[in-house]
Amino acid sequence: MSASSKTIEEITGKRGYEYGFITDIEQESLPPGLSEETVRFISAKKDEPEWMLEWRLEALRGWLEMPHPNWAHVHYKPIDFQAISYYAAPKNQPKSLDEVDPKLLEMYEKLGIPMHEREMLAGVEGAGEQRPEVAVDAVFDSVSVGTTYKAKLAEQGIIFCSMSEAVQDHPELVRKYLGTVVPRKDNFFAALNSAVFSDGSFVYIPKGVRCPMELSTYFRMNAGHTGQFERTLIIAEEGASVSYLEGCTAPMRDENQLHAAVVELVALDDADIKYSTVQNWYPGDENGVGGIFNFVTKRGLCAGKRSRIAWTQVETGSAITWKYPSCVLKGDDSVGEFYSVAVTRGYQQADTGTKMIHMGKNTRSTIIAKGISAGHGEQSYRGLVRVLPTAKDARNYSQCDSMLIGDKCAAHTFPYIDAQHPGAQIEHEATTSRISEDQLFYCKQRGIGEEEAVSLIVNGFCRDVFKKLPMEFAVEAQKLLEVTLEDSVG
Amino acid sequence: MALLEIRDLHAAVEGEEILRGINLTVDRGEVHAVMGPNGSGKSTLSKVLAGHDGYEVTNGQVLYDGKDLLDLEAEDRARLGVFLGFQYPVEIPGVANTYFLKAALNAMRKHRGEPELDAVAFLKLIRERAKMVNMDENLLKRAVNEGFSGGEKKRNEIFQMAVLEPQLAILDETDSGLDIDALRIVSQGVNAMRSADRAFLLITHYQRLLDHIEPDHVHVLVNGRIQQSGGKELAEELERSGYALFEENAA
Repeated sequence: MSASSKTIEEITGKRGYEYGFITDIEQESLPPGLSEETVRFISAKKDEPEWMLEWRLEALRGWLEMPHPNWAHVHYKPIDFQAISYYAAPKNQPKSLDEVDPKLLEMYEKLGIPMHEREMLAGVEGAGEQRPEVAVDAVFDSVSVGTTYKAKLAEQGIIFCSMSEAVQDHPELVRKYLGTVVPRKDNFFAALNSAVFSDGSFVYIPKGVRCPMELSTYFRMNAGHTGQFERTLIIAEEGASVSYLEGCTAPMRDENQLHAAVVELVALDDADIKYSTVQNWYPGDENGVGGIFNFVTKRGLCAGKRSRIAWTQVETGSAITWKYPSCVLKGDDSVGEFYSVAVTRGYQQADTGTKMIHMGKNTRSTIIAKGISAGHGEQSYRGLVRVLPTAKDARNYSQCDSMLIGDKCAAHTFPYIDAQHPGAQIEHEATTSRISEDQLFYCKQRGIGEEEAVSLIVNGFCRDVFKKLPMEFAVEAQKLLEVTLEDSVG
Repeated sequence: MALLEIRDLHAAVEGEEILRGINLTVDRGEVHAVMGPNGSGKSTLSKVLAGHDGYEVTNGQVLYDGKDLLDLEAEDRARLGVFLGFQYPVEIPGVANTYFLKAALNAMRKHRGEPELDAVAFLKLIRERAKMVNMDENLLKRAVNEGFSGGEKKRNEIFQMAVLEPQLAILDETDSGLDIDALRIVSQGVNAMRSADRAFLLITHYQRLLDHIEPDHVHVLVNGRIQQSGGKELAEELERSGYALFEENAA
């Protein structure tokens, strides 16, 4: 075999969706359907206090009266919310990490998620070269199956646990903050989530503490005909800082599955939260059959002075993505940032962007969004920059760049600007480009094959965003982009 | 066996024939200059040899090291040692010059069955070659050709050539847009690269490049055909009398 055909074989070997397998594990799930009974079942299953159940029921009542939103630039058949199962969980619920079903551990192994806490190698030569420690909360369908490094983090007063545990163990914090950033009836999917959310991650960083390791949640959907509705709440007290990562995958199925999450971040005075996502839900097959509907509400509140929230997202999966990680800049001198790379290929659709709401004085926001569309992909950037009358000297910079590969894809940009203070400084730049024949020829003339050339050019295009990701995630994201874009050329 | 043998090469762009029967043989160790007026087919020749798919070869044959060059993809030609120094080097935003070169070099090494260069060895190599062409190390870290001046872009081409060490270097109007200092530096780079197993094809409009790089053979390309070949004195003659005489002959 010649070297070049071998190269091609190596490349095609990793083509497609690597994470599409199903884990065969005994699960219990609710029959499809949504009613008050469903909500009561979930709440009872989690042994929740009365206030939590009431909170959910109020959300459900709100949801029942809300129309399905249709303003996004995406197309799909109406979702039958009565055909979805709202709860699926492995039958044997572990009490500690040691009791987690070996099949599940094997699955996480396969996905490359570290579920073992490494022993400390203090003083051992070469220990510094190890991969940095990352604490993981693993959410499998509706429940968290394990959280690593809990004890070590607790030494510094950091709480990192599943949402279910937080409701039991830290009800005062949950009650104080849940729904304060994304109210129960904020929007259709947030209301649905508020009614039926089954798990998610809870993070609390006490005053003045810098979280010593990356925290991450890994979301895996496994069961068929179910939706995943998780809720994440991160609170950074005065002067605290944390970097949080989230990853997601799901099996390949012919049906469309719904993932409707809510993420709330609260940053008090001088606190810093960095939230990074690499979203790789199953995107559907080459004909657009199957795939995840990813309808997510993410919002951060810069409640305190000089607080900072940065969202970084790499969205390569899902049949449909509907997602606008936003910042409410309430504290004076607070900073909101949004860095995004979104890829749509095959028949994927994405309507994604951000909202920056400037309330406090001297607040600043930065938006850098890179959209790549290939195949029949449809992509929209939708962003709102609002400067309220109280936001003296607010500044925003937005840059939205789209890259088109092939001639059947599309990119749209919908920037909304609402400046209610005369001193607001708002800049918006947008470009649309193609990978030029000249760039490809230049790379090929230097011996770089076409697929590698495309990934090189695209990675260059995304560099401004990738450099914002934690180191290891950046490498992941680049690899993911390569896999995603193979076959998009020509 | 000659390194490059072009036999009766005809090529067209969008149906219009540009090359009308080129014959040219280049041996290892030789420097050939192809000179001609604008529109004579000089750049077309370089792009056809490099494998640009915007050009259709309608007749003829090109043997490179005995292989049918026209049968190979552009990247495979490059991996076999064919280098084109671009007249208009392309910008690739966000991709660091060193990263790009590393990808290129490793693609070639892989093709030859050699292991990838490790980071230390690679850095050593590019530092050494950057020095050779007097290239500012800051340019190595910047994105490929992005925001480079015309002279910097051309120097970057020569720098890439010095790192990739091709068998056949085709330099397409490398002298155009260079001031005299830059021209001297670029020429020094080329001269330093001359060796018994490497050949150069210099495509140029003006004789002045040949003041710095002494060719073994000079060919005059007019109207898609080589009208005359000779030694370096032919270039000097052209400098005095211009292309008019050849254009009359070709018409």
